[in-house]
Amino acid sequence: MISRSFVASLVVSAIAAASGIANAQEVGTRAPAFDLVGVPKQVRLADMKGQVVYVDFWASWCAPCKQSFPWMNEMQAKYGARGFNVVGINVDQKREDAEKFLVGTPAKFPVAYDTTGKVAEVYQPKGMPTSFLIGADGKVRAIHVGFKDSNREELEREIQAALTAARK
Amino acid sequence: MKRLIAAASAIAFSLGLTACGTVPAWQKGNLAKSEMAFDPDPLQTRFAEHTYHSKEGATGGLSVGGGGCGCN
Repeated sequence: MISRSFVASLVVSAIAAASGIANAQEVGTRAPAFDLVGVPKQVRLADMKGQVVYVDFWASWCAPCKQSFPWMNEMQAKYGARGFNVVGINVDQKREDAEKFLVGTPAKFPVAYDTTGKVAEVYQPKGMPTSFLIGADGKVRAIHVGFKDSNREELEREIQAALTAARK
Repeated sequence: MKRLIAAASAIAFSLGLTACGTVPAWQKGNLAKSEMAFDPDPLQTRFAEHTYHSKEGATGGLSVGGGGCGCN
């Protein structure tokens, strides 16, 4: 005979499956590895081990992403020498859309193409753009959804803190 | 007991039928297209509304005031 608790657990798991519960990334967890085709070359998180990485999920159809690019270029130029890497993960299904975007909004940092969404599936960005600041220890230090000009200072402070922590 | 299992599986099955899904943020490319907006061309809408309300002879029906002659 099937126990009552088994039936109860069946119902609970059905509800969980229906609501699509997935484990998104949280601050303090280890940043999952990724390996994507990119420009200028293949982008691997493992290649930036021991460095601070700013992973930004963006799409060509996202207006705030356009605003964030000049800022990310600036950050890459300012802190690159101190072991800071900006990585833009594009989630467009068509790579051409992203390339068209990049003509008008150039990126002075590596761009990776996640056309199938497999990395997005793991990182679960809650909006576009979403950035994950990964510390030198490989753990997620900060997650930021969206981009406004007023966010610049706060985000830069987080980068500075991550770089300071990396030196210790 | 059998009835309980039947009820539980009916619940589980019906939960699978829920039509409302959430589109993850990274898959909203098509939803972001201008033709998917409720009002793809606000200026055109305003113009059409102005004409419509003028023809109807109504005043203050929507955001545009005046009426009748179509001159306001």
